[in-house]
Amino acid sequence: MLKNITKFLSRRRSWSIPYVVFMAIFVVTPLVLIMIYSFQAKDGGFSMENFERFINQPEAANTFIYSIGIALITTLLCLLLGYPAAYILSRLKPSNASLVVMLFILPMWINVLVRTLATVALFDFLRLPLGEGALIFGMVYNFLPFMIYPIYNVLQKMDVSLIEAAEDLGATPRQVFTRVVFPLSVPGIVSGIMMVFMPTISTFAIAELLTMNNIKLFGTTIQENINNGMWHYGAALSLIMLVIIGITSLFTDSESEDGANEGGLL
Amino acid sequence: MMKRTISLAYLVLLLVMLYAPIVIIAVFSFTESKVLGNWTGFSTELYTSLFTGGVNNSLIDAIKNTFIIALIAASVSTLLGTVAAIGINDLRYGKRRVVNFVNNIPILNPDIITGISLFLLFISLGITQGYTTVVLAHITFCTPYVVLSVMPRLTQMNPNIYEAALDLGATPLQAIRRVIIPEIRPGMISGFILAFTLSIDDFAVTIFTNGTNGLETLSTYIYADARKGGLTPELRALSTIILVVVLVLLIVVNYRARRQTRRAEQMQEQLKLKKNSRR
Repeated sequence: MLKNITKFLSRRRSWSIPYVVFMAIFVVTPLVLIMIYSFQAKDGGFSMENFERFINQPEAANTFIYSIGIALITTLLCLLLGYPAAYILSRLKPSNASLVVMLFILPMWINVLVRTLATVALFDFLRLPLGEGALIFGMVYNFLPFMIYPIYNVLQKMDVSLIEAAEDLGATPRQVFTRVVFPLSVPGIVSGIMMVFMPTISTFAIAELLTMNNIKLFGTTIQENINNGMWHYGAALSLIMLVIIGITSLFTDSESEDGANEGGLL
Repeated sequence: MMKRTISLAYLVLLLVMLYAPIVIIAVFSFTESKVLGNWTGFSTELYTSLFTGGVNNSLIDAIKNTFIIALIAASVSTLLGTVAAIGINDLRYGKRRVVNFVNNIPILNPDIITGISLFLLFISLGITQGYTTVVLAHITFCTPYVVLSVMPRLTQMNPNIYEAALDLGATPLQAIRRVIIPEIRPGMISGFILAFTLSIDDFAVTIFTNGTNGLETLSTYIYADARKGGLTPELRALSTIILVVVLVLLIVVNYRARRQTRRAEQMQEQLKLKKNSRR
């Protein structure tokens, strides 16, 4: 018996078992529960009423569309602001670049909510009104580093000889960028878009604080329902969000396999 | 030259935008005023009251909870994730793909979904939410990152070293302890640090799993505070301290990394010189 146990333990593949069991309980089961809850009526029977309610209630559906819009704008702004920054960073001397990259990442070590409240303070300080503008500024402010880092990573690892070859073959600087640099940086862009779009679509507290609770995002709607004991409806809304995220990641998965791996922050 | 100036100016502009709010917090941590943005003269009162417990105890409790939870969650995640990574690396291709796929779920899932799904799990099992559930939830979203930071070390490792250890008479457990663990230690350390910071910074998962018994971490404390209409002034001092500590740590790490690369370069040059002189 004891011998069998030692034998079992000494096979390395059996070392994955505790984590597989853990994930089955804490990752897979909870997701299945979201699905079960969202197709249940309050009495526990199968029902589509939660989804019908979502479609028939203009408020939740509108919030949903509005949130996607805000997330898209934020992602676009992060890309427009972040790409040039990543490009410039990748042209710096490596030792200087690592210092500046560090400066870009540093603010993320401060609690998101504190940073958001600081943004609120900044808007107060400059006498700017809180609202949609503050919301978008705050989102861009919070998620810009997530766009810069993966793009920088890809650009920095790019083989310089490719650029030199293009130059030798007579490409203008613009052609070098559009034909060589940009296409090669697409994996970084894709993983940057994922890293910005996914969290922006699901934020809730940030929006509350930046708009004095005047603008509601989809995340806030979900949270309110869960807090008010409407678990089934909240689960259905979560499932809808999961579907959107599933679609986004399918959309980007094929291209970003390497990019996503390189996009990690450590 | 012109282009270079414009590029640098752009970077500086972005950094100013990123740091403006933080600078405001840091500056106003040196004044006593309740409202951020209202300068009432220089004072270190906020720092003193943060350390002498002049603040309501709930903030101190929240800070303690945050660190204890992060420490437990990061330690357990590192252990669980390292053991798992060693196991997963040895699985056959098909199974390994499935396990890796599930491992990626908590990373790709938005926090709010992870939070709600775990909330539903605890509700369904009838578990009262509190310390334990928060720790379990944090382990759930931290471990995948540990697995991801240990895994590359394992795949890059020469598999023959392990086999050689076995051939030389080591038991499998000895071989893992003496051969594999030293190889993957850097991955374990960065995994631990990552898990620790993720846990400290978490808000969305905690708020759904902390129950109704008044368990607060720093994040949920700040959230509740902000909803009541303002940041506890001492939090400005705390944020400033955290910022300075992190800044110093990063500079030290960066400096050491630079010194190491420089040393490596020097060694390479010396080697080159030796080779050349031999010719």
